[in-house]
Amino acid sequence: MPKLDIIGVSKTYGSIQALTDISLHVEDKEYVCVIGPSGCGKSTLIRCISGIEQPSGGEILIDGQSVKRTLMEDRQIGYVFQDIALFPHLTVRDNLAYGLAVRRAPSNEMRTVTNEMLDLINMRDRSNSFPRELSGGAQQKVAVGRAIATGARLFMLDEPLGALDAIVRAELRYELRKLASDLGLTVIHVTHDQEEALSIADRVVIMKSGRIVEVGKPSEIYHVPNTLFTANFVGEANLLEGEILTIDANLCTVDVAGHEVKVYSFGKRIGQKVIAFIRPESVLLTPPTEDGWRGRVKQVTFLGSLNRYVIEVDGMGIISEVSTADYSTGFAVGERVSLFLNEATMVLFDYPEEGLEKEVGLE
Amino acid sequence: MPQLRFVNVTKRFGKVLALDRISLDVNDGEYLCILGPTGSGKTTLLKLMAGLLTPDEGTIQSNDRRVNEVGVQDRNAVYVPQHYALFPHLTVLQNVAFGPLARGKPASLALEIASETLDLVRLSSRAQALPKELSGGMQQRVALARGLASGAKLLLLDEPLSAIDARLRLDLRHKIRDIVKQSGLTAVHVTHDQEEAMSVGDEIMILKNGRIQDFGPPQRVYRKPAGIFVAHLFGGASFFEGIVEHTVGETALIGVRGLTIQAPSRMLTLTSTVILGLRKERVRISADQPRGMDNVFRGEIRSVRFLGNSREYLVRLSNGDTIASRNFVENEAAFKVGDEVSISFRESDVMVFEYPAQGLLKELEVG
Repeated sequence: MPKLDIIGVSKTYGSIQALTDISLHVEDKEYVCVIGPSGCGKSTLIRCISGIEQPSGGEILIDGQSVKRTLMEDRQIGYVFQDIALFPHLTVRDNLAYGLAVRRAPSNEMRTVTNEMLDLINMRDRSNSFPRELSGGAQQKVAVGRAIATGARLFMLDEPLGALDAIVRAELRYELRKLASDLGLTVIHVTHDQEEALSIADRVVIMKSGRIVEVGKPSEIYHVPNTLFTANFVGEANLLEGEILTIDANLCTVDVAGHEVKVYSFGKRIGQKVIAFIRPESVLLTPPTEDGWRGRVKQVTFLGSLNRYVIEVDGMGIISEVSTADYSTGFAVGERVSLFLNEATMVLFDYPEEGLEKEVGLE
Repeated sequence: MPQLRFVNVTKRFGKVLALDRISLDVNDGEYLCILGPTGSGKTTLLKLMAGLLTPDEGTIQSNDRRVNEVGVQDRNAVYVPQHYALFPHLTVLQNVAFGPLARGKPASLALEIASETLDLVRLSSRAQALPKELSGGMQQRVALARGLASGAKLLLLDEPLSAIDARLRLDLRHKIRDIVKQSGLTAVHVTHDQEEAMSVGDEIMILKNGRIQDFGPPQRVYRKPAGIFVAHLFGGASFFEGIVEHTVGETALIGVRGLTIQAPSRMLTLTSTVILGLRKERVRISADQPRGMDNVFRGEIRSVRFLGNSREYLVRLSNGDTIASRNFVENEAAFKVGDEVSISFRESDVMVFEYPAQGLLKELEVG
């Protein structure tokens, strides 16, 4: 069954280095999401795997076999794009059957497989509809079904939900994931939406400027990222500048704008400049007390299930997200509050040589 | 005096009714966000505000003056399209200076306005770059700057962030709102992203099939949505169909396929069919029976969805229905698929809706 090895792959377009030394192993039946800012090379990577592009260097192996000399159509890879590309003059059924018709499958096989696909994407009652009669989400399901009907078990999905309304996208991603699990597909899914990646991937690959920055399970990259870039890219992050005061058996005491925090971290040294990373939901707010950091509410944004606060604390703007489930009224702009930072969730990073902006910048 | 007023405005394209009797006020300095699915009429509404389209019926007023037939150049409004349409051969600065120049400002003044505006969107350092040398997010800010530099009081933003990566969008939505507020402008911003709408809008309008479904401040629309579709699009909820079995004072007992849910009664008629809605964060999940909750049921975890700052659990209740619960601040998943749990929520958390004429599923369709 399809497992995939990418070994030292690079791709250049003239003087532009689109991919640099990409290595990645994908297990059979694994669902991998690739995220990164525009232009990071994530689409180029899956175009190389599927054979639309030829890598400039390195090897791609499918089930241990190099595909260097294998044409795109012989790689048996299903490919789904952001732009829904159904045949407008064909019904849902005929769109699903298209791949089989091309390879002249017998008509009874075609009917069986097409019926299976209709059931799979839950659209038997729309089998005679034309694409224009369907919503965007339904059209994209047909596009996925058509790719599956070809018999491919290895899939490259390039922003498959990118053209859909937010609410449709959020539901369809789980349908897509379930389909892949039920059929045992191996999938590489490229997206710019970090929440989409976190919610459905077995592992997430983070790319930046043509390189892989980090690979990990969703909860790992969210809670204990290895890089500042990842910390900021996969969700909102407080990145607080500090300096190490003391170290006691890897427990670092860090000065952050006059406040002390204690965080376990390896390989740090006294006096070193660091960035202390903490997620907004790990910053709790209370009415002013003796304990905690004192601050003043600068901005409140109601987000339905959450209130998002920006709190001004000694020249820093600290973001705190508080669930609205506790029935409290929350805090108003200008109000004084105390902040409690859950130190157990903090991660320390060396202060980046080229500055913080450059390290985490998205543009 | 509202800056912009629509009274029963209707717009048709051939036989298609794009907007149906829209009435609204946009007040001076307000940030209005229009949320609706594809095809709901959002862009048409924005283009009517801009003077790019004229209504078939109804009246559009700007500062108490009827402007139905007044063209785009005389509206004191600027429309910023979804695809930013910058001039590719002009620099960023020239792109922004174009509006003031076209309105007859001398070149030196136009450039001065442009560079001040670029300062505001923090792109001064890229003033001499060509659009293609900028990222999507930067191009979007140039388009915004061009709108701001036009000098118009009313900024009409058509999905201003939709072409931008999700993560950058989070940062930019706050930035856009700040800039509009700092500049003392009025803005109408169209989006299909409910979280974006909540983040930027002082007021939210929900649109479906050319009709206004709800209109109000985000907190009100979220807590007391005008209907099922509004609750679904704006925040989402688990919905159940039930029958009113008893009412006792302020409380109603609603039968939901073998379960009894305690809900606010609000003049419900006995034996009528209703739809109940529950926001995910109001549904608590615990291993043991919780105390002091009005509604407690047992269920089994069917799926766990990691969302970064929270986890969403789908729980199957004993009657076969599924309910969603969202938990924040959980570094490790507290429950796993197959776990038996208690689900609880308060009576006041239950949203009660009339049964929709075309059924629940039809009502939830977004396009």
